[in-house]
Amino acid sequence: MSETLLAAYAVFWGLTFVFVLSLWARQRRMEQELKRLNETVEMNPSADG
Amino acid sequence: MRASKNYVGQYLLTVGSGVVMVVALAMVFLYAPREAVMGDVQRIFYFHVASAWVGFFGFFVTFLAGVAYLISGQRRWDALALSSVEVGLTFITMTVVTGSLWAKPAWGTYWTWEPRLTISAVQLLIYVAYLMLRGSVEGAEQRARLASVYGIVAFVTVPLSWFAIRWWRTIHPDVLTGGDRMAIAPRMIHTLVVSIGAFTLLYATLLSLRMDLESMRDKLSRVRLKLERRSRL
Repeated sequence: MSETLLAAYAVFWGLTFVFVLSLWARQRRMEQELKRLNETVEMNPSADG
Repeated sequence: MRASKNYVGQYLLTVGSGVVMVVALAMVFLYAPREAVMGDVQRIFYFHVASAWVGFFGFFVTFLAGVAYLISGQRRWDALALSSVEVGLTFITMTVVTGSLWAKPAWGTYWTWEPRLTISAVQLLIYVAYLMLRGSVEGAEQRARLASVYGIVAFVTVPLSWFAIRWWRTIHPDVLTGGDRMAIAPRMIHTLVVSIGAFTLLYATLLSLRMDLESMRDKLSRVRLKLERRSRL
């Protein structure tokens, strides 16, 4: 099998993997931030109820 | 309840997309015949064309979502437009890189500034600029309005890329709608159709995951706003 063919299919899977990884990393970051903010909200019960 | 329904739907979509992708791969390597002139390297064709189709489709979704946002002003359309650009860009990058790899054995060079390749490179940069534009505008509404107009105008690169090999003299083959530079056997057509189906499902899966991220971003904005309001009181 040609090296070019293998390289091309590696590009397909590699880019898909990188995209999914970037989604996962961003989601993780947001979840952490959301958790931190929710804790702040709970610690400061306030006027708006 | 709704979240669990979404989760089941996303799970089914992911599994379905994986199964069809495995079938497509099996067809590419075991079912499709070896092309007489180019040999095994021609097997790039199936995923190269499928990723281009899905990239174009992604930009078409952005175009439609942009129109829907300008009419309705609903945030979900802006989230769809942005998500579709990111997924579309991933697929168009695959198309350009694998096309370049294929060009070396086929044309003797990785890159040549002929119409189809030039328009593809410009298209890639135009949609990268879409993301940069979004990052540079502060207000959410202004950002969404500007991005919608940009996404609608940028879509012109899709028909331009499609017709480039028909309107201008180019070395890029027109395999699908004319020309006979590469013989297409029925088994090749079956493989291409299944590959396009597999990539379309993969697009839907990635789009759904990317949309989830936007929902979470909105949730985060709401909590931030709540905290801001409290700090003002």
